[in-house]
Amino acid sequence: MEYKKPKIQALGEQAILLSWEEKIDEDLLYFLLYLKKEIQNYYTKVKVEVINTYNSLLIKYISYINNIYSEFSVLETIVSANFKGQKLHLQQYTLPVCYDEEFGLDLAIVSKQNKRSISEIIQLHTQSNYTIYFTGFLPGFLYLGGLDEKLYISRKESPRLKVEKGAVGIGEKQTGVYPQNSAGGWQIIGNCPVPIFDVENEKPSPFQPGDKLKFEAVSLEKYNTIKQEIKRGNFLLKKEVYEY
Amino acid sequence: MSIKIVQAGLFTSIQDFGRIGVAGYGVPESGVMDRYSAKIANLLVGNTEYEAVMEITMLGPTIIFEKEMLVVLVGLGAVAILNTQKKSLLRPFEVSVGDILQIKQITKGIRLYLAINGGFQSELKLGSRSMYFPITKNSQLQQGDHLNIAEYNKTKQQDFAHINYEAEKYDTVFLKVYPGPEYDLLSDELKKELQEKRFSISKNYSRMAYQLQEKIQNNLQSIVTQPVLPGTVQFTPAGNLMILMRDAQTTGGYPRIFQLTEESINLLAQKKQGDAIQFQIKPYEK
Repeated sequence: MEYKKPKIQALGEQAILLSWEEKIDEDLLYFLLYLKKEIQNYYTKVKVEVINTYNSLLIKYISYINNIYSEFSVLETIVSANFKGQKLHLQQYTLPVCYDEEFGLDLAIVSKQNKRSISEIIQLHTQSNYTIYFTGFLPGFLYLGGLDEKLYISRKESPRLKVEKGAVGIGEKQTGVYPQNSAGGWQIIGNCPVPIFDVENEKPSPFQPGDKLKFEAVSLEKYNTIKQEIKRGNFLLKKEVYEY
Repeated sequence: MSIKIVQAGLFTSIQDFGRIGVAGYGVPESGVMDRYSAKIANLLVGNTEYEAVMEITMLGPTIIFEKEMLVVLVGLGAVAILNTQKKSLLRPFEVSVGDILQIKQITKGIRLYLAINGGFQSELKLGSRSMYFPITKNSQLQQGDHLNIAEYNKTKQQDFAHINYEAEKYDTVFLKVYPGPEYDLLSDELKKELQEKRFSISKNYSRMAYQLQEKIQNNLQSIVTQPVLPGTVQFTPAGNLMILMRDAQTTGGYPRIFQLTEESINLLAQKKQGDAIQFQIKPYEK
């Protein structure tokens, strides 16, 4: 797919922002991820961090940028390169979710408003293969694309002061997992026993933009078994490599 | 262990120069709010600029030293008492085992930096000692906390006569800003108003963001979630202006109309509720 040239601009003295047309689109995401890789490859000697959102790449430099306009031209060259034949090595993950009423605090509300039985909701939520666009909002919070539109639902009128770590929720057109206890306005439908962000690990989260994620319904009993396995350190997250 | 917190003060934390390379995990940068003052503090005790320091906000802590060390306080104005003796800012002093330092209050600006020769060797998480919950156990020091300090390197004599702290630059109301990614969505009238108006800082100001008191009507819409940085000025459809600070989230959905210069972030970090500010646009240098 061909994309127009991005807008290239500085964001302060230590960052450059590349932005494309404002849209949420998987092809654009993968295009950004190829570019991200190219930019990281180019800057192996200078320390930079490249992060993406739906339609932007932000290049954060470790110190002041000496000549912003020469960086712009470097980036213009990288952006106009041809990525045909390039491959991204990504992961397909499966995360267990317990939709038991103990965790699915708003399942009844979603069921009533969207006129679907609770088992239909669970079925719809577990059948999509979600795309991880990026992480933001909270440490470890994944922005996922691919929620079935039959599950779209508005946020709660007043947010809960405390949503439990691991809570799985739906807000508008998005679904996601709360990585920590937090205030939050999403409708809560379940809980994931696997910590999705752990500051004790050198890589605090295994998930990268472009990875795919499926939810798998587990019973309360299985949920507790997984919790035990995590405690003992012998839980294995389901994953397989895929290329894009 | 070599420093004990007897009283924590209003908001006291250990900060270095922040978390680098983890924005992709949604982790805020954190780090000292006023980098300039913190760097001067480090240099005065013979550290490199980037060691972890104690950031003290408005009302200071009381601490006991359990080891000999070289200490300095840097900020715009504060009352500090070592045992019974008043201590001046910007003058390094040695302390002995059992000495008690009380930071009574900050009399000018709102943040004071306490640096120690060798730096604080506190909890290191994701490459930084900056306190930010839930990356570190707490966001601020608590009564009874013990902090590790590196061994005092007495032989390393420091000549700090050349270190000049430019306190007067904090007196300005002007914050230099670059145009932000959504600046061009503003009408000419709004652009003018935003630069000509004196704003004041609201009661909502923290390490995460400073919200301004005055609201400005606009017809902007929220944007699809985008990267933001410390110093990004967000303009909400409801008319609020929010200046993101060091603990800001990594992404946001409000138009980003300005980006503060690094120096202006430092200046703002010393301002408090009711203080005046005015935006002054600075183009990027060719």
